[in-house]
Amino acid sequence: MATPAPKIRFREPQIEMAHGAGGKASRRLVEGLFAPLLFGSSQGPLGDAAHIQINGTRIAMTTDSFVVKPLRFPGGSIGELAINGTVNDLAVSGARAEAIVVTFVLEAGLPTDILEAEVRAMGQAAEDAGVMIAGGDTKVVEHGKADHMYVTTTGIGRLLSGVIISPQTVQPGDKVLLSGPIGDHGITILLARGDLDLEADLRSDTRSVFPLVQALVHQAGAGVRWMRDPTRGGVATSLNELARDSGCGIVLFEEKLPVRDSVRGACELLGLDPLHIANEGQFLAIVSSDHAESALQALRATPGGEEAVMIGEVREQPASAVLVTTLYGGSRLVDMLVGDPLPRIC
Amino acid sequence: MCLAIPGKIVELDAQNPLQAVVDVVGVRRKVDLGLLQDEPPVPGDWVLIHVGFAMSKISEADAADQMRTLTMLGEAEAAMEEVRGYGLEDKEPHSPGQGWKQ
Amino acid sequence: MKFVDEFRTPELIGKAGEEIRRLADPSRHYRIMEVCGGHTHAIYRFGLKDLLPSNVELIHGPGCPVCVLPMGRIDDGLALAAQSDFIFAAFGDMMRVPGTHGSPLEYKARGMDVRIVYSPADALKLARNNPEKHVMFFAIGFETTAPSTALTLMRAKTEGLSNFSVFCNHVTIIPAIRAILDSPDMRLDGFVGPGHVSTVIGCRPYDWIAKDERKPVVVSGFEPLDILQSIVMLLRQLRKGEARVENQYKRVVPWEGNRAALRAMGEVFELRPYFEWRGLGFISQSALKIRPSYAQWDSEQRFTVPGVRVTDPKAAQCGEVLKGVLKPVQCKLFGRECTPEQPVGALMVSSEGSCAAYFNYEHRKPVTIATVAAN
Repeated sequence: MATPAPKIRFREPQIEMAHGAGGKASRRLVEGLFAPLLFGSSQGPLGDAAHIQINGTRIAMTTDSFVVKPLRFPGGSIGELAINGTVNDLAVSGARAEAIVVTFVLEAGLPTDILEAEVRAMGQAAEDAGVMIAGGDTKVVEHGKADHMYVTTTGIGRLLSGVIISPQTVQPGDKVLLSGPIGDHGITILLARGDLDLEADLRSDTRSVFPLVQALVHQAGAGVRWMRDPTRGGVATSLNELARDSGCGIVLFEEKLPVRDSVRGACELLGLDPLHIANEGQFLAIVSSDHAESALQALRATPGGEEAVMIGEVREQPASAVLVTTLYGGSRLVDMLVGDPLPRIC
Repeated sequence: MCLAIPGKIVELDAQNPLQAVVDVVGVRRKVDLGLLQDEPPVPGDWVLIHVGFAMSKISEADAADQMRTLTMLGEAEAAMEEVRGYGLEDKEPHSPGQGWKQ
Repeated sequence: MKFVDEFRTPELIGKAGEEIRRLADPSRHYRIMEVCGGHTHAIYRFGLKDLLPSNVELIHGPGCPVCVLPMGRIDDGLALAAQSDFIFAAFGDMMRVPGTHGSPLEYKARGMDVRIVYSPADALKLARNNPEKHVMFFAIGFETTAPSTALTLMRAKTEGLSNFSVFCNHVTIIPAIRAILDSPDMRLDGFVGPGHVSTVIGCRPYDWIAKDERKPVVVSGFEPLDILQSIVMLLRQLRKGEARVENQYKRVVPWEGNRAALRAMGEVFELRPYFEWRGLGFISQSALKIRPSYAQWDSEQRFTVPGVRVTDPKAAQCGEVLKGVLKPVQCKLFGRECTPEQPVGALMVSSEGSCAAYFNYEHRKPVTIATVAAN
């Protein structure tokens, strides 16, 4: 019996920057072009990592590419992002990263000491995260075709026991936990570009969140319904994806959202919403209500998790949408990122 | 774009007194004071910033005044209602819809 | 944040809401227009409509400079900048506004050098740093922004910078308000006046609204407490049958305006005899053009502008929404062919446009606020 030809729903005539921003346009591209042609009809909702069964063992696998500009910024560089990004994608799918392979696309003319600095940074980040770098590949392209370097990392990991993460398990009454302040990474990059006459004492938050995920899973087990690291597109995009995939509504309490003063100031100055700004060292978790409080305490007791906070809860309404409420009874919907106010941030 | 933000002048440019650095909760931004040249602000002053230019000085006194007014909103009414409650003005019992605070 | 956080104090917002409910006469239906796009944005962002009784209705005015720009002007600007040694510089809000053949961002994807700037001074800096290119700054905005463009042009002239010009689309607020009041479809009780425009023009320009049209105007700040207090002040006047201009935004707006800013505008700009506004048609003396003394820095005097008039797509009802005659959701294209990612009209692109504000912050909210307030 012939399978029907896959239907391409992506109708746009050319690729724009927005298609890489992690928001609505990215989702249209992935769901409308890549998914029908590559993933087949059996694929469920797209997560950060794929779970594959090999001879009865469940492993997780993920890949990510890094095109950040500038390469170095307060708090890190492309090297750290490349390792932590993949470690984190595996972590939030409930897996411990075991091995990573790295590919470099290098621009002819790239000074060796710049490359060396990044490779050192990657080695250090891998050591800090406890993950092995198992191999890689290198290509060089003509000057002007790779903006110094592009890096891709692909990682595999072993799933932690007792973890069943799926948007389908999310239900009204569950709580939304966030590991720490948002917006640090995206705003740091924006300021590091030097185009705006803005300065602030800010650093990227890039780090492995695996120790925090591990503490959370250890405490709450099957009470952990879903996790995600809110990179491009920010918390708003990640939670909108969940709302869409689960059909539930997510209500966030504005006064609980952790945002550093300087991130807030920069966002106000530029007309940006911290909920749409990328993070490289935080994660969101939906936890059942009976486990939420102890899970939060477990996070706060883990080094690096001291600023974890409960920012909201899952409700039936508004279905498939994210609402932010204020202390005085006002509310607004917050949608996925549209367009791309901050290109090339990770 | 109506977007305008309050910021505090922290430093004037040594070469050009019409250029300054303002601080907005820890973010420092260069700002042009050209539109305030008739009464140039000094470090410590607060200004309203729009597209990189200072538009106006912000009066702390007026802001404090406004906060006082806002805090008292409804209080004048509440005081009057208490007086009316003493029953000195008329004999009718007070209930919603009688024209007092709903 | 000082001068911001105090004006978001929840208890005081609650009090202001109560005062509004107390002042609103239940036998009346109040229609108050907030002129300025920044107020429209703030109202939605802070969920202020949730705090108003059902008989106090806020109508969104045409004070969004991106929204009122006809598509032909965007086409003109992009056509000018299509030359190979040009840099097209504009504020972020302009970047996704659709022209006939695409938005500035789409032109960028096709190879045009398009840059986002956060200040006209940034555009001037681009010109200094790129002497082999010509930087064309696509200027938009009401009287809030025009003085900054003016100062920048004065600087360009003083420096003798030859690779910089401005494509000027600055418009003025009073003719727009007049057009609204002249419109037969519009019944309004009062105005929440534009706060930041007034830092430049002061409060006197609104006198005729109070005296001749007998409608109160309260010049308002942009924080939740500012807007709510302005509505309180309007309702107080309406209850007493008064019509005056009041300044709620005293901490920032001087009654007489900013003389230095007005001087700079007068030095560089003059009024166009008429200008086309999306939705409002041609309005005389409503827009600024650059004086002959600055011809060298005026993209229109220095280069040839195609000047093609482009009418809006027939089905789009941008004009009626701009005037406040229709609510965004009543436009046939709203949420279907026209969304923030694939906008047909500028009201869906600009962060101050009422369609975008409504879509992003309100559209799918549950109707009852009881659900929301119970947290």
